[in-house]
Amino acid sequence: MLARRIIPCLDVKDGVVVKGVQFRNHTVMGSIVDLARRYAQEGADELVFYDITASADSRVVDKSWVSRVAEVINIPFAVAGGIRTVEEAGVILKNGADKISINSPALEDPTLITRLADRYGVSCVVVGIDTYKDPATGEYLVKQYTGDPNRTITTSRKTLDWVKEVQKRGAGEITLNMMNQDGMRKGYDIEQLKLVRAQCDVPLIASGGAGTMEHFYEAFHDADCDGALAASVFHKGVIAIPELKDYLKQKGITVRD
Amino acid sequence: MKVCIIDTGTANINSVRQALIRLDQDPVISHDPDELSKADRLVFPGVGSAKAVMDGINERRLADFLHETTSPLLGICLGMQCLGISSSEIPEGCDSKVIDCLGLVKGHVTRLDSKGGRLPHMGWNTVEHTDHPLFEGIKQEAYFYFDHSYAMELGDFTIGSTTYGTKFTSALANGNFMGVQFHPEKSGECGSKLLLNFLNNF
Repeated sequence: MLARRIIPCLDVKDGVVVKGVQFRNHTVMGSIVDLARRYAQEGADELVFYDITASADSRVVDKSWVSRVAEVINIPFAVAGGIRTVEEAGVILKNGADKISINSPALEDPTLITRLADRYGVSCVVVGIDTYKDPATGEYLVKQYTGDPNRTITTSRKTLDWVKEVQKRGAGEITLNMMNQDGMRKGYDIEQLKLVRAQCDVPLIASGGAGTMEHFYEAFHDADCDGALAASVFHKGVIAIPELKDYLKQKGITVRD
Repeated sequence: MKVCIIDTGTANINSVRQALIRLDQDPVISHDPDELSKADRLVFPGVGSAKAVMDGINERRLADFLHETTSPLLGICLGMQCLGISSSEIPEGCDSKVIDCLGLVKGHVTRLDSKGGRLPHMGWNTVEHTDHPLFEGIKQEAYFYFDHSYAMELGDFTIGSTTYGTKFTSALANGNFMGVQFHPEKSGECGSKLLLNFLNNF
């Protein structure tokens, strides 16, 4: 049976791993290669590297570390951050990344999703969606340029519409970053995940809000997510991946041992 | 030992290369039959579509070499699929009904009947194997990393099988020709062990 995936996310800024709360106030967590190696050894099923400054700065992720990561780890990894062209994506894949994840540039030009899928295959193409629940209306809306708080905007796109559109355009996987929850460690937005799951026929990854092992269980059991992504609980050692997997296994979730 | 990675112009070769380097090898990447014929081990990766890989083989005139080589060869993912007779993975705008493959293994590749499971079949799944030397020291139902939508049927060449809706060939062997549907270079310790077995056991 296909295992549910545990995915540590490493936010990269200026060549080091950082973490902020609700995408702000970043503190340095450690070196990219050291953390990548550590998570691979601890049993992470996949890694995601987000260059959180790239989209906002209109520059592509610095690629030199992609090859260095490929040298040291033997699990799949995705690279995200400001990838705007088929050629830029190609360089990252050639350097050893398995997937590229696009977010703001897909909102700027949705045809990018199709062009990437046609060139590299759908399973290489992840679309990240930064979704925000408007507290006033309860509506789920898509945010853009979340790497830079000064440039972040709420688009007119509704999250569920965008989820459907990116699949039509060739997304092979969707990562749903639930921004109200990010860094708060109060749990994923399970209600929202369920709504998205109902519209999502490709693998769905929950992101934003994991604080306890039970939160991971909810994402898998209640919302049927294929993977759960988290950053601070892993970086700060709040949750150890081997214990998390034991816990999930005991609760009947299929995970890789 | 000389290990060559066959370059068909499509594959993400760096991951396979790095995995072999981690096993103390110094792999040569080549599409020159003279160079490849000196190899003690051949690794045949593939990414994209069966047609892209077969076009790469035909453009580089590698088909004859591949039929004649007696060196142990390991096809990975689409590389494995292209060892079969044919693939029904037809790119849009292509008129053929099937893509002719190398025919080194008597299996056909068709779209994976996942019985409603999400495709591509992407992530970690288990392999039940026949204790072929490629799996020496690897337990039954060990997890490997998959990423594909097409799969090869079961046959007498099957040395490993995986179920995702239906059961399919996830590892095969026919003489010196071997192949795995999963990505050993991305499959953690089990994947490294399988590659090591490929280097040591044949």
